[in-house]
Amino acid sequence: MTGWRPGWRPGWREAAILLPLVWLGLFFLAPFLIVLKISLAESILAQPPYSPLLVWPEGGGWPALGARLDNYLVVLQDDLYLRSLLNALRIAAVSTVVMLVIAYPMAYAMARAPRNWRPALLLAVILPFWTSFLIRVYAWIGILKDEGFLNHALMSLGLIDSPLVILNTDWAVHIGIVYSYLPFMILPLYATLERLDLTLLEAAADLGAPPWKGFLQVTLPMSLPGIVAGSLLVFIPAVGEFVIPDLLGGSDTIMIGKIVWIEFFQNADWPLASAIAVTMLVVLVMPLVILRRGLQA
Amino acid sequence: MKLSPALLVALALGLAFLYLPIFLLVIYSFNDSRLVTVWAGFSLRWYGQLFQDAAFLEAAWMSLKVAVTSATIALVIGTLAAYALVRLGRFRGRMMMIGMVQAPLVMPEVITGISLLLLFVTLNFDRGFGTIVIAHATLGAAYVAVVVQARLVTLERDLEEAALDLGATPAATFRQVVLPLAAPAMLAGWLLAFALSLDDLILASFVSGPGSTTLPMKIYSQARLGVTPMINALSTIVIVAVSILVIGASLLAKGALIKGEHRAD
Repeated sequence: MTGWRPGWRPGWREAAILLPLVWLGLFFLAPFLIVLKISLAESILAQPPYSPLLVWPEGGGWPALGARLDNYLVVLQDDLYLRSLLNALRIAAVSTVVMLVIAYPMAYAMARAPRNWRPALLLAVILPFWTSFLIRVYAWIGILKDEGFLNHALMSLGLIDSPLVILNTDWAVHIGIVYSYLPFMILPLYATLERLDLTLLEAAADLGAPPWKGFLQVTLPMSLPGIVAGSLLVFIPAVGEFVIPDLLGGSDTIMIGKIVWIEFFQNADWPLASAIAVTMLVVLVMPLVILRRGLQA
Repeated sequence: MKLSPALLVALALGLAFLYLPIFLLVIYSFNDSRLVTVWAGFSLRWYGQLFQDAAFLEAAWMSLKVAVTSATIALVIGTLAAYALVRLGRFRGRMMMIGMVQAPLVMPEVITGISLLLLFVTLNFDRGFGTIVIAHATLGAAYVAVVVQARLVTLERDLEEAALDLGATPAATFRQVVLPLAAPAMLAGWLLAFALSLDDLILASFVSGPGSTTLPMKIYSQARLGVTPMINALSTIVIVAVSILVIGASLLAKGALIKGEHRAD
């Protein structure tokens, strides 16, 4: 930045840097520090419903620190929270793998499609992503419920005699996540596959490699950045998902995002909800930071 | 290289998977029956009911106001952030800005929501329209920054340097050279922020106050009770409006949407 000199007034450059920095700092970064602070407080019946971090003595003097780790102890010791975190990680991981299996051939086909088809195909993949997330999840209730479209179709085809119970189970949650996040997986895969240098595959073929070997040894490794980017883009938000387990899952589908919501809104335990959020953040963001460092090095 | 039949089938099945649920939703919004899966003839009655429901109309109006305001703020902040990151070289806080622009894209919304609410409580903000706008503008700014950044990276600096050489101030150069060139990406970014705001349930639920119910909050409270034809009708309107907007904008911007999108990783 330009140093201070007599007559200096904030110029265009400073404004372009400071405005986003201050806005995002105030409304994105600072809130996390407050969550951290409140996660160290105690839940009390007051407005706001948590104890202060600094307790000022009545006659003046230095304040006492009111921080406590009780909430984190609860998170670590109460089976519910650990189980809901592991459950969320498992559901998100399985869904990510399924998405990869569905998205890879789609992205590959799009990248190999005639050049003049590609914008339309890309738009076809992006359009559902612009359409309301909530509405797309809601659409699956009508499909998956006992007397829904899927059971209707399977029964009239004579494949099953009695309806399959899918709605309000983990199956429905997996389907919902795969469906909702699929475009996020396809786009980065397409981006790397489209840039793939085809002469490398020709070289592999010329040197006698069968197509499957060319795919395994050239295409797959070259598309690794897309696989990593797509997987992170879907996995991390999926772990914290609330809408999908709430609308499609059953009462026994416990995912960490739903638990935060319940602690916050139903039990009004803000400090505990904050501690769960911090734990979730550490579990999710640490691998991301390490991975970024690794990729940049 | 030719597309093998297996690949074509995979692509067709994938697209069918993406679109079938939406089509079913749209078709059954015209169903006369209250039972959502039994077809009883074409009818517009659910649309009629929808337009007589004052609570829905109010929520829709609220959502539109929030979306327009927050997308516009997001456009300003996101564009400035993208410009600073691509064109202003090294500055103090650059790494922090990169982090703050990318993190909201993957951050689970419950975490962002809870942290914003706690901020507003700490600062003693009245919760309502303003706090929802702030929440959506912050998330939207990150998306705008990513899309505009992707566009600025591809622009040659020559034109900007020529303008500066001819005596234009940096601010004038930005206004008269950078903005027109980045306009398609900015439009795409605005639309993305607008769509995100219109769609958001979680941030709005955390930071809204009494009397500021957005459309997704209203849809959600109904959807929890099960499928109703009225929600299908409402969804159809949203889907058609968004599709027209996106297809129109992508035709206008000559693919800027698509280019911005697949660089968003």
